[in-house]
Amino acid sequence: MTAALLERRPAPTAFADTRPLTAHLKRLESEAIEILREVAATARNPVMLYSIGKDSGVLLHLAAKAFFPGPIPFPLLHVDTTWKFADMIRHRDAVVKTYGARLIVHVNADGVARGIDPVRSGSSLHTQVMKTEALKQALDRHGFDAAFGGARRDEEKSRAKERVFSFRTAEHGWDPRRQRPEPWRLYNTRLNAGESFRVFPLSNWTELDVWEYTRAQAIPVVPLYFAAPRPVVHRDGAMIVRDDERLPLLPGETAELKRVRFRSLGCYPLSAAVSSDADTLDAVIAELKASRVSERQGRLIDADETASMEKKKREGYF
Amino acid sequence: MDGAAFPLSSQRPAETSRGLLRFLTCGSVDDGKSTLIGRLLFETGQVRDDHLTTLERESARFGTTGEAPDYALLLDGLEAEREQGITIDVAYRYFSSAARSFIVADTPGHAQYTRNMATGASTSDLAVILVDATRGITDQTERHSRIVSLFGIRQVVLAVNKMDRVEGSQARFEAIETAYRAFAEDLGFQSLTVIPLSARHGDNLTILSPLTPWYTGPTLLEALDQARTDVDLAVERPFRFPVQYVNRPDASFRGYAGTVASGRVRTGDRIVVGPSGQSATVARIVTWDGDQPSARAGDAVTLVLAEAVDVSRGDVLSHPRDRPASVERFVGRLLWMDETPLDPARSYLLRLGTRTVPARVTVLDSASDAPAPPDAEPLVMNTIARCALTLASPVAFDAFVDDPLTGGFILIDRESHATVAAGTALHALDQAANIHVAAGGVDRRQRERLNGHGGAAVWFTGLSGSGKSTIAAEVERRLHARGVRTVLLDGDNLRHGLNRDLGFSDADRDENVRRAGEVARLFVDAGVVALCAFISPRQAQRDAVRARFDERPFMEVFVDAPVALCRARDPKGLYAKAGEGAITDLTGVGAPYEAPASPDITLSTGTDTVEHSAAQVIARLEAAGVI
Repeated sequence: MTAALLERRPAPTAFADTRPLTAHLKRLESEAIEILREVAATARNPVMLYSIGKDSGVLLHLAAKAFFPGPIPFPLLHVDTTWKFADMIRHRDAVVKTYGARLIVHVNADGVARGIDPVRSGSSLHTQVMKTEALKQALDRHGFDAAFGGARRDEEKSRAKERVFSFRTAEHGWDPRRQRPEPWRLYNTRLNAGESFRVFPLSNWTELDVWEYTRAQAIPVVPLYFAAPRPVVHRDGAMIVRDDERLPLLPGETAELKRVRFRSLGCYPLSAAVSSDADTLDAVIAELKASRVSERQGRLIDADETASMEKKKREGYF
Repeated sequence: MDGAAFPLSSQRPAETSRGLLRFLTCGSVDDGKSTLIGRLLFETGQVRDDHLTTLERESARFGTTGEAPDYALLLDGLEAEREQGITIDVAYRYFSSAARSFIVADTPGHAQYTRNMATGASTSDLAVILVDATRGITDQTERHSRIVSLFGIRQVVLAVNKMDRVEGSQARFEAIETAYRAFAEDLGFQSLTVIPLSARHGDNLTILSPLTPWYTGPTLLEALDQARTDVDLAVERPFRFPVQYVNRPDASFRGYAGTVASGRVRTGDRIVVGPSGQSATVARIVTWDGDQPSARAGDAVTLVLAEAVDVSRGDVLSHPRDRPASVERFVGRLLWMDETPLDPARSYLLRLGTRTVPARVTVLDSASDAPAPPDAEPLVMNTIARCALTLASPVAFDAFVDDPLTGGFILIDRESHATVAAGTALHALDQAANIHVAAGGVDRRQRERLNGHGGAAVWFTGLSGSGKSTIAAEVERRLHARGVRTVLLDGDNLRHGLNRDLGFSDADRDENVRRAGEVARLFVDAGVVALCAFISPRQAQRDAVRARFDERPFMEVFVDAPVALCRARDPKGLYAKAGEGAITDLTGVGAPYEAPASPDITLSTGTDTVEHSAAQVIARLEAAGVI
């Protein structure tokens, strides 16, 4: 191998502490790498949605592995709602550098101009404008015909029905009745103009798989997944971490310091923290194994109504 | 929760356990599939507290079970499904027992969504087929069983559900078991376990039930724990590596990325590239975790070859002694999955491994393997048929029984881009199975170098009497004078020898042209200029010949003369015989001639001289760099 290619490999120190993969994780890894390569071989202009969370972290790591010793042959796209935790943005910029990836950040400027925010506009409108609409804007602007996402089938009921190659119309719509069969992992990647795919290499991973893989591969994760004292307010039975001054305190409300962490990360006013002492990967995994509640329970946007994820997906949400 | 003790928290089995089993469930609408899986998830402790809360709320709203929780609601994820109480799409669920982990594909029962069932079946090691004890075996049960068999599943559990509705009747159960075993005899199942159960009440799911005291077989979970997986089988098969992606970040590195479909490969192994037949040596097996000495079935790796050979996506690497055949026609079993039936006149895209090629499909008579008569029923959605597939170019071919990962394929509609069929390869046609393209040795370029000129085919088409043979002979005379090696092929010299078994039926005329094309191709490979004069009246015939030439030089020359002039020349007296009625299907008289749509050269022999016509052909051969 030439020196030029060796330099493309991320600094060995970043991934020094790796452990051998179990047969189960190795199988999931190979399956995901196959999907990543399939898109690179067939799509005209692919992109990887990067949301900074643990699933995105695994996805990015797999992309680096799939095309090694070459660079990742597509850019990352982060749809920034402007309400992400500050720690998330710091992590994003550091990780992109570690992997030598190209990052596109898209903000729905129209939504910002209209003053849409999760506190006053409500979670539903905020998600629609700053995530779903913003994503469609970005995909259309760059003409991406395939977009990777880190969604897993074990997350939620309508996700469980999603194909690996999820076909979307020119309007980004998802029709669960017209999904393409995928026998023997023979993906049909043909598209007409304007149509696109959302592609999910982690389809068959569970939350536990993601954490065990993260630990085995020493993949960097946002510190918010680990327990630490953080300023918390209680709202509607959920603990919201007040990441900055933009979250106004209601009359009589005070932010108290509590030892909390997150199982799932979104916009900070819409992500509920859980009480926890798990401050290492080992502790997070042990806590997860003992847990009796599901991961998206902390995602306030899912609780709007039954089938709300399906509805959002039909409209073009990831 | 109908009094059931809450199960212990789920945990992942130890790595020494029996490994991951993928299975699917299938059955008719209302057989209770979703209830069965929901109940299995519940019994194995997979249902999280917040999901149970949602379940209780939704059972009250959508449930069909009165006060008790409706476990099916854990699975039916789409709003339309919850409202209609049916499953539309495959839902994948993940759970584990003490012995192993499972991925279960819950597949739709409704006939309209059979294609979704096929998706689940293709990656499963085992199928759980549900029948309703009150209804017995139905058409759907049989259809599902055939699809399960088609997709290569060899282990089946027949779950006779709703045993509570027949008071646990042993006689009823045994009648269903006997009927099913008789039906399934020819489906190639290696193991068939029949279990009486009630999904809703949990009978015989994880512990044997007092409802069926006469039953002594395994519970459903025990049967799943004991099933075999195919993962290790794949390692024992011959090495196959479908090239997925050519990784070429810069001039210093060229690697072939893909997943080992079966077998294993080591550095230093000699391999051949299918279908081209070139051979090479594996220099490196590259991964992010460092170079590996070997790779086995299931590993996603990047291979670097020692020699500079031409390899691209769709090629299959294998070991020279155990390689796939190179095949253009084969027989497969197809499940049609689209609302629009198969159209034998259309070209589809066939995807096999990582290769995608245009293909035509002919339905075969299931008994004789001959093409089905034109008035046979068309291949419609959810039906299975034996078909002959004719491809535009060769593919590396394995029968599905030899290697499910390289012997399964899909068909794609070229306009709608829908996946219209899934199929399994049965056997090659034309006995090509043991004939490999012989690369290496001396190739066309080397022969051409020896000859001092290139090989090419010049294909003259036109009516009888248009002047094809006359011009071809003149071209040959001039080429010979310049020291160019030539051969002249025409209907007369071929029909007296090679083609003397052929008559003048449409099929025989097609075959006459096909053989002429093959002979011409061999001469071109020998570095010879082949001058071919054949009426070859149909565009399809000529296109088929041209398609066989790949990148070899091929020139279509339309020898254009009015039929009246040909009749006047009538060098063989054929028009005279046609006039007397002795010949009824002379091209241009009783049978149509399709003029070439876009010939390389058009010669108007009504107005032009033989000499000038020949000069035009020679000039074109010079311009193409052949001579």
